Amino acid sequence: METDQLSVSIWRGGDGGAYQTYQVPRLESQTVLDVVTYIQREIDPSLSYRFACRVGVCGSCAMTVNGKARWTCRTHVSRVAENGALTLNPLRNLPVVKDLVVDMAVFFDKWEKAMGAFVGDKTRDQALAAVSPSDPKRKEASAGIECIGCGICYATCDVVDWNKDYLGPAAMNRSWTLINDERDVARIPRLQAIAGDNGCLGCHSQQGCVERCPKSLNPTGAIAGLKRHTMKAALKGELT
Amino acid sequence: MAHAHRNHPTYWAFFIHRVSGVALALFLPLHLYVLGLALAESTAFADFISWSNTPGLKTLETGLVVFLTAHLTGGLRLLALEFLDWRSGQKSLVALSGGISLCLGLVFLLNAY
Repeated sequence: METDQLSVSIWRGGDGGAYQTYQVPRLESQTVLDVVTYIQREIDPSLSYRFACRVGVCGSCAMTVNGKARWTCRTHVSRVAENGALTLNPLRNLPVVKDLVVDMAVFFDKWEKAMGAFVGDKTRDQALAAVSPSDPKRKEASAGIECIGCGICYATCDVVDWNKDYLGPAAMNRSWTLINDERDVARIPRLQAIAGDNGCLGCHSQQGCVERCPKSLNPTGAIAGLKRHTMKAALKGELT
Repeated sequence: MAHAHRNHPTYWAFFIHRVSGVALALFLPLHLYVLGLALAESTAFADFISWSNTPGLKTLETGLVVFLTAHLTGGLRLLALEFLDWRSGQKSLVALSGGISLCLGLVFLLNAY
């Protein structure tokens, strides 16, 4: 049902770009992703944006909507439009490729720096590890692995803005899942990777990541857990 | 809109903790200087005390008490966040620390006049 017009200002170009405004028919149950798709298909085919699944699984459609990073496929226009207007920008803290598309390479490079890859010591010929789903550590890991890598926490984090080498909430959330994975054998190297100002000790606990995570995850809690593990390991002399 | 992402309680708690910390750092040398007057120049100290009894100064002192308690309660909240197991209700803890600060400021103000 068409109800009205929506005024949509979109950042066009790269770092030196400018806003361009479009009028889009307002529809019932319309998402922000529906809006940019309409603009690209009906008004301006040169508009660049990124999406894949459209149902909140892939994490590729994140943008800044009226100043806040959001997953646009699950964000209804009715929840975020202010006086019939939307302002769309690419995610903060990431290099802009064009329009609403950012280069996510640095984001995922930091997952690697935070030792975000599982390190096991079993071969495929050995029996599967028996991990109790009710184990508190497994519960922490199971919560953290729900991250879809959308970059919303990274774009929201002021510490990333202030320190370009800061690993960011998503990378350390990933480290936290592996610290809690009883099958992983790289606990100390991983703590060494995330200790310091560029890692967990740089977090100011503003909790913007918690506030904005579309999956309701708790990266600040993960980073606080890493701080405690880092402190205990340092007191035992395991980080030297 | 540039800073819309900051408009949530735990950010404001961070901001107040930082600003109150800077304000207290600026206040402390002044405080120590006045205490020093009590030892070195008792007349000047008595003059300062009588000046500080004016209503405007009492109001400023109330702000100082609120800042001091906000920094204390905010610091305790952060220590709990970082050293104890995570617990839900972080915004409630922000509200509690802010509420304690304002209540103590009010108690000071009521006793100031």
